[in-house]
Amino acid sequence: MAGSSVSVDYALAMATEPVAAGDFFVVAPSLITLLGGSLCLMLRKHTDWQARLGIGFLTLLVLANAGLLIRVLDHGVITMVMGSWLPPFGIAFSVDALSATMSFVGSIVAFCAGLYGAASIDSTGRRYGFYPFLLLLMTGVSGAFLTGDIFNLYVWFEVLLIASYGLLILGNDRMQLDGAVKYGVLNLIGTNFFLIATGLLYGIFGTLNMADIAIKVAALNEPASGTLATVAALYFLAFAMKAAAFPVNFWLPASYHTPNIVVSAVFAGLLTKVGVYALIRVFVMILPASRGYMSDLIALVAILTLLTGAFGALAQSELRRMLGYLVIAGIGSMLAGVAVGSTLSISGAIFYAVHSIIVMTALYMASGIINLMGGSYDLRAIGGLYQKSAAFAAVFLVLGFAVSGLPPFSGFWPKVILVDAAFSDGRSWLGAAILFSGFLTTLAMGRVWIFAFWRGGPEGTADGQAVAVPGAPDGGTALASSALWLPLGILTALIVYFGLQPEWMLELSTRGASGVVEPFGYLRSVFGDQ
Amino acid sequence: METIVVYLIGLFFAVAVYLMMSRQIVRMLLGVAILGNAVNMLIFTNGRLTREVPPLIPSHLYTPEVATANPLPQALVLTAIVISFSFFAFLLVLAFRAYQELGTDEVDEMRLAEPENDQSPPQGY
Repeated sequence: MAGSSVSVDYALAMATEPVAAGDFFVVAPSLITLLGGSLCLMLRKHTDWQARLGIGFLTLLVLANAGLLIRVLDHGVITMVMGSWLPPFGIAFSVDALSATMSFVGSIVAFCAGLYGAASIDSTGRRYGFYPFLLLLMTGVSGAFLTGDIFNLYVWFEVLLIASYGLLILGNDRMQLDGAVKYGVLNLIGTNFFLIATGLLYGIFGTLNMADIAIKVAALNEPASGTLATVAALYFLAFAMKAAAFPVNFWLPASYHTPNIVVSAVFAGLLTKVGVYALIRVFVMILPASRGYMSDLIALVAILTLLTGAFGALAQSELRRMLGYLVIAGIGSMLAGVAVGSTLSISGAIFYAVHSIIVMTALYMASGIINLMGGSYDLRAIGGLYQKSAAFAAVFLVLGFAVSGLPPFSGFWPKVILVDAAFSDGRSWLGAAILFSGFLTTLAMGRVWIFAFWRGGPEGTADGQAVAVPGAPDGGTALASSALWLPLGILTALIVYFGLQPEWMLELSTRGASGVVEPFGYLRSVFGDQ
Repeated sequence: METIVVYLIGLFFAVAVYLMMSRQIVRMLLGVAILGNAVNMLIFTNGRLTREVPPLIPSHLYTPEVATANPLPQALVLTAIVISFSFFAFLLVLAFRAYQELGTDEVDEMRLAEPENDQSPPQGY
């Protein structure tokens, strides 16, 4: 070689020290799920093995995320750069308290969905690939939470999107095709907006590393320049579409009730929250000036989202569609936290996101059990479930209290924080909207409880007289399976725990929030002490 | 050079938005495909357009001597092309299956998941 006389100083551009063994936790969630998804795909004909293997890998995912969370809480932000290239040249995975918390809670929900799927997905559904798609969805979700590179965030979004398309049309039902068309086209347009904004951001700063962009944005003299304002607006539109905020929310109630109920549960828990996470990451950490500039707009969107979700939920008699609107109402609360933008309000938004991931998944799972017991998702056609199972009625009441934000369950604390933050910021309308939306949610959930559980039988029968619905499955065999009750029990236990002992979660969300509002630890982790 | 490409990108965006506002899914998908190409060209233009200077570094230097073509946008665009192509292919098949099952490719007539005359929930107990 001609260049043999040149000695290359690798220390300029490469990390010369070997990666600490514990730092491999950073990429473990994506690798475990990718490996598990591929193995499950190879075993697509052995449908009983698939469930065991899938649940096994999801258990590993929970353990890896727990390890990651512990390590982040001990060591602060950890960064791993691919190929040992120093940032901003290599592709970075940076994990702070916010990422690790979201990823950990997400993996718990995915594990519960894997368990629930073992009972509710038949062998045809497994052969079509429920477990591979679920694991690959988690690859995308984990990657989106853990990456420190904004273009990679786009790529991970697409990974979870294509896996979610697969899950959504699992079963090839006519209604699913209808829902999937709307979900697919609108989400693809949303990610294209994301890509436009990323391209423009690259054009301005010449870098894609989030920490690098954050430093360069902070160094700008004129933070609200025209191009940067365009970028911020495009990001807001893209993430609002992902999170189903008003007015770009209509794909959600059109599609979330069509797939198998466990698929709806995972979607409702995780997918919109990835959008909220990206919104917090980009608007609070990378573009804080643009967030301040747009905070009135974000507050308006939050209020309208809260009201759309709550009124939409009141207008539905189909249980799953009602829950879809409740997902939207929850997004409004989280947006309210982003609109205020203080450490307190962001910690409220993070706590609410964690609560919403757990409670929405649990509610969809519970509605699946309602369908098995009562034979329908329609409020008019079910009743008398209290007589069939008083324990289940109690669990549903807990979930209803939690989703409405009533004490003593997990929804109460983040709502208190968010309302407090909104009022002390002088945005009384925002605080009022959160409270009003919670009140309407209480009405909607109370109505479900009254009609499905308290009332003796379906509409048109004499009260107190349970009438067998013609054609309704008895559900005895499926209901006897602990695989349906165990995940619901785990999620409900978490809801009760976070409600009665909120200190741990409060500390976690406060650390996550201060980590994005003042990202010194994040920047130091990426660029070293400079 | 940049100016011409920028106008072209603008034209692409206009066509894409026009097509995406259509009620036929096939037209919407064509709009999405054009949108994807517009975005790719946008990324490419943002990474500076330089003709005929490959990003080669002479063997006795660390950095190139002159301003070269930027290789990074090419990598980004390559990723984006692969992704948008696969999504376009998937959605095309999905739209075709929906047309087979539902007998229409007009979104206004696809009302299976959200029935048109949906009854309101029970009013009294």
